[in-house]
Amino acid sequence: MSRFEYAPAPESRAIVDIKSSYGLFINGAFTDATDGKPFKTVSPASEEVLAEVSEAGPADVDKAVRAARRAFERVWGPMAGRDRAKYLFRIARLIQERSRELAVLESLDNGKPIRESRDVDIPLVAAHFFYYAGWADKLEYAGAGEHPQPWGVAGQVIPWNFPMLMLAWKIAPALAAGNTVVLKPAETTPLTALAFAEICQQADLPPGVVNIVTGAGRTGQALVEHWGVDKVAFTGSTEVGRSIAKAVAGSDKKVTLELGGKAANIVFEDAPIDQTIEGIVNGIFFNQGHVCCAGSRLLVQESVYDEVLARLKRRMGTLRVGDPLDKNTDIGAINSSAQLAKIRELSQIGEDEGAERWSPDCELPAEGFWFPPTVFTGVSQAHRIAREEIFGPVLSVLTFRTPAEAVEKANNTPFGLSAGIWTEKGSRILWMANQLRAGVVWANTFNRFDPASPFGGYKESGYGREGGRHGLEAYLAH
Amino acid sequence: MRKTYKLYIGGAFPRSESGRSYVVNDAKGKFLANASQASRKDARDAVVAARKAFGGWSGKTAYNRGQVLYRIAEVMEGRHDQFSAEVAASEGLSAAKARAIVDASIDRWVWYAGWADKLAQVVGSSNPVAGPYFDFSLPEATGVIAVLAPQDSSLLGLTSVIAPAIVSGNTVVAVSSFERPLPAVTLGEVMATSDLPGGVVNLLTGSASEIGPWLASHLDVNAIDLCGIEDPDEARDLEAAAAENLKRVRRPAEEDWSASPGLSRLTQYLELKTVWHPIGV
Amino acid sequence: MTTIDSGVDTLADVTSSEDRLRRFLLGLPGVDQVGAEARAATLGTRSIKTTAKAYALDLAIRMIDLTTLEGQDTPGKVRALCAKARRPDPADPSTPQVAAVCVYPDLVATAKHELRGSGINVASVATAFPSGRSSLAIKVQDTKDAVAAGADEVDMVIDRGAFLSGRYGMVFDEIVAIREAAGDAHLKVILETGELVTYDNVRRASWLAMLAGADFIKTSTGKVSPAATLPVTLVMLEAVRDYHEATGLHIGVKPAGGIRTAKDAIKYLVTVNETAGPDWLDPELFRFGASSLLNDLLMQRTKLATGHYPGPDYFTLD
Repeated sequence: MSRFEYAPAPESRAIVDIKSSYGLFINGAFTDATDGKPFKTVSPASEEVLAEVSEAGPADVDKAVRAARRAFERVWGPMAGRDRAKYLFRIARLIQERSRELAVLESLDNGKPIRESRDVDIPLVAAHFFYYAGWADKLEYAGAGEHPQPWGVAGQVIPWNFPMLMLAWKIAPALAAGNTVVLKPAETTPLTALAFAEICQQADLPPGVVNIVTGAGRTGQALVEHWGVDKVAFTGSTEVGRSIAKAVAGSDKKVTLELGGKAANIVFEDAPIDQTIEGIVNGIFFNQGHVCCAGSRLLVQESVYDEVLARLKRRMGTLRVGDPLDKNTDIGAINSSAQLAKIRELSQIGEDEGAERWSPDCELPAEGFWFPPTVFTGVSQAHRIAREEIFGPVLSVLTFRTPAEAVEKANNTPFGLSAGIWTEKGSRILWMANQLRAGVVWANTFNRFDPASPFGGYKESGYGREGGRHGLEAYLAH
Repeated sequence: MRKTYKLYIGGAFPRSESGRSYVVNDAKGKFLANASQASRKDARDAVVAARKAFGGWSGKTAYNRGQVLYRIAEVMEGRHDQFSAEVAASEGLSAAKARAIVDASIDRWVWYAGWADKLAQVVGSSNPVAGPYFDFSLPEATGVIAVLAPQDSSLLGLTSVIAPAIVSGNTVVAVSSFERPLPAVTLGEVMATSDLPGGVVNLLTGSASEIGPWLASHLDVNAIDLCGIEDPDEARDLEAAAAENLKRVRRPAEEDWSASPGLSRLTQYLELKTVWHPIGV
Repeated sequence: MTTIDSGVDTLADVTSSEDRLRRFLLGLPGVDQVGAEARAATLGTRSIKTTAKAYALDLAIRMIDLTTLEGQDTPGKVRALCAKARRPDPADPSTPQVAAVCVYPDLVATAKHELRGSGINVASVATAFPSGRSSLAIKVQDTKDAVAAGADEVDMVIDRGAFLSGRYGMVFDEIVAIREAAGDAHLKVILETGELVTYDNVRRASWLAMLAGADFIKTSTGKVSPAATLPVTLVMLEAVRDYHEATGLHIGVKPAGGIRTAKDAIKYLVTVNETAGPDWLDPELFRFGASSLLNDLLMQRTKLATGHYPGPDYFTLD
């Protein structure tokens, strides 16, 4: 062997025990759906059917909301904060104990690399429950008044890109504040949410405090529009977020929405170049680019454009695309054939509009849904690939000359979720951070997440924050 | 000498571009004045003015914004008699009650003025993340706020919905009470002489039901306060229209303008920005 | 400051005056500590198994500068070390030899004698190792003595005091002088990164050494803690990669000190592979300065070959 070829290093699947079919988790027990058809969830890396999952129809959603209401009124609402805290701490511990299993399950169902599910997603899930557990008996200090009250039943709808992490972002603060929840995971990634249902059972969480209803958009709509839901929390596309905002208009429902983005990742000529390249790569190729806050618009100062592009391409050549369960995989599978079609379509539009497309040589597996890491150069603000969220491993590169021009281009979008700044000059970082209309600004880093750190968007990227004290406020009446 | 009551847009006092005006009567039905009846195009112009003013106003130091708000209170004090007379006539109150309302309105400006440079300390945070990063969250203004002001409380209510929006750096397009617009016009005159940059507050007299849909669906408006909409169906439609660009919506609710306002209106028009930076040598 | 013809047009200008050198070094892109360490940590999570592991273990053995640099070193100790270098695992003749044996100058002759005919190089530390605190004349003489005694490679230390006080020209001139004194011997320049502290300094010192004619840049003497670390080595690998990009020249990298396990060594090889690239996966361009590392590599090698965990009693101590 003349080269250092990494042999396959697959994480064992033996640790997960996937059932052939799953019911809905309502009132503490798995139950059959009454009015929906079962659907299949597949591994996007192989198209292998992993399990059959129940679709919750309106009657099932109604049952779940009623169970949550009962649990709220009789058990969870009246319970002392310190006791709620103990349940959440217990859940955090159970997640840590089962972390490898959950990571494998997440990678199987979602297609993300095991390195990420193992080192990022699942540790953050446990950390989220741990963080909010500590809040449960300190709500009067959360900035929502001296006697903050839970809203009641939270209806929560989450996306497929970080299935279990998004579940944690939703459920942990809701339960800490004393709400009960009905959560709908995405139809392509329901398995970790169902595993979480088991964890709730293992934690002896009172029945009805957490209910998991699986299904697609129809189920989500039934949940969001259910009269018994007091608080709606949604993470997903701006399009669906908009329809939810319309649907709840005129009601008493409280809403938080975490929607799409088209973040500018801005590189100045004095950037710490090697870490910047890593930040660009992490910004757009982390989780196959299935990240609402992905740094999908790279804005490079013209004076360093050639150097940045050359280094970026060289680095992209070392990215390892393939089996999500291989511990050396950097880029896994695209989550679904529908998403793959969307990425392909927008990439084709990028080419048609005259941008130059480049990907490193990489062999893609024959089965499953795959897209190579891709960079478009010669992109202008007017191109659709610079304006629309692609939600895939596709980077659009633009240039700028001055800080003011960078700000203008960065802000020239209806979105406002995140932004990146790369420069060694401190005062410029703070000036840029002030100017950028985005809810999360990463300076000399990108795609960092922490339960203590509020996350959420400006403008059409949604409203409300998740994480930190501010994330708790969304679940408290004040 | 009788006064002409006009709109207040971008720091100027135009008549409605539509050329329309409407009769304003006092609480007993006696003629008070003709008010300009703002049109959708006036609203459009007002949004342009508010957007133009946003960068400068939100970019001022909090200390400076606080001083400007305090200045509004000072100048109002000098026009106390005029406000009292207008409030008394508009709302059908005794002179003493009207004076009390004006006092309360001035106090409210002073109260909000003081918030300018404290807000970030109260609602911002330093976030102890599990890694070598300095991570902090700061509130920022949402942008252009459309305010459909209360129909009943022509000065205290109006103050209570505008002040919390602008103190943090937002700019406002407000539609006054339809039947009680005169204090709003006078407030515009106060603002024009209080170091408040033109366009930060734009005051339209006229019908919230007529102008509201244009503001609710305007894609360059970032948030809307539906306070002055009394019909639930109308409020629902405006909220649905506002969803088009995910406006932050303040739904109509029972309000007691004399009560301590708390922070909820103030924080309604804030975005929280979280900034991360590595800590290293 | 000495002007040298580095033979590299693009960078000739840089070393033409102290001021230019200074401006060049201070103009190098900064290194963000957190980002560099995060990258190294990610590279450290690569899982190297089966055939890849076998390749990496043998490569790591071939890259070792088997080192003894103690006050108590004796000819006997060096002879034992040389025997180990020749035949690391007497039980398995397929085990490759190490790259070099590294000793103090006074023991070069012994090592040279013991290694004759083996193809294994003798490396000698020099220039008032490890502190480097003596006159240039003594450092030059130290180097000449080592080469005269047969050293194939010279591991010199830079003047950290001069570097940290910004006298880059002085550091440069000293390397140039030692380069000359070393003649045909391969010159490894020890930066002593544990004393330079920041990655910005590591990057600057790496460029300074390369511009002055280093064949290798080396992290540490082994006498200062921290010695070699993965992120420091990452930054140095980036420097040689960029230098190659600018000049076409290949400069080697040698982390030394603190690398004791096969697992660690493999992390370094992954970092080499994914940073400087496969060209550097060669003892000509990458070395480990180590002593106890060898036995752990041998144990892992045996485990891989036999499927059983061996014990330390089955490997020689030297």
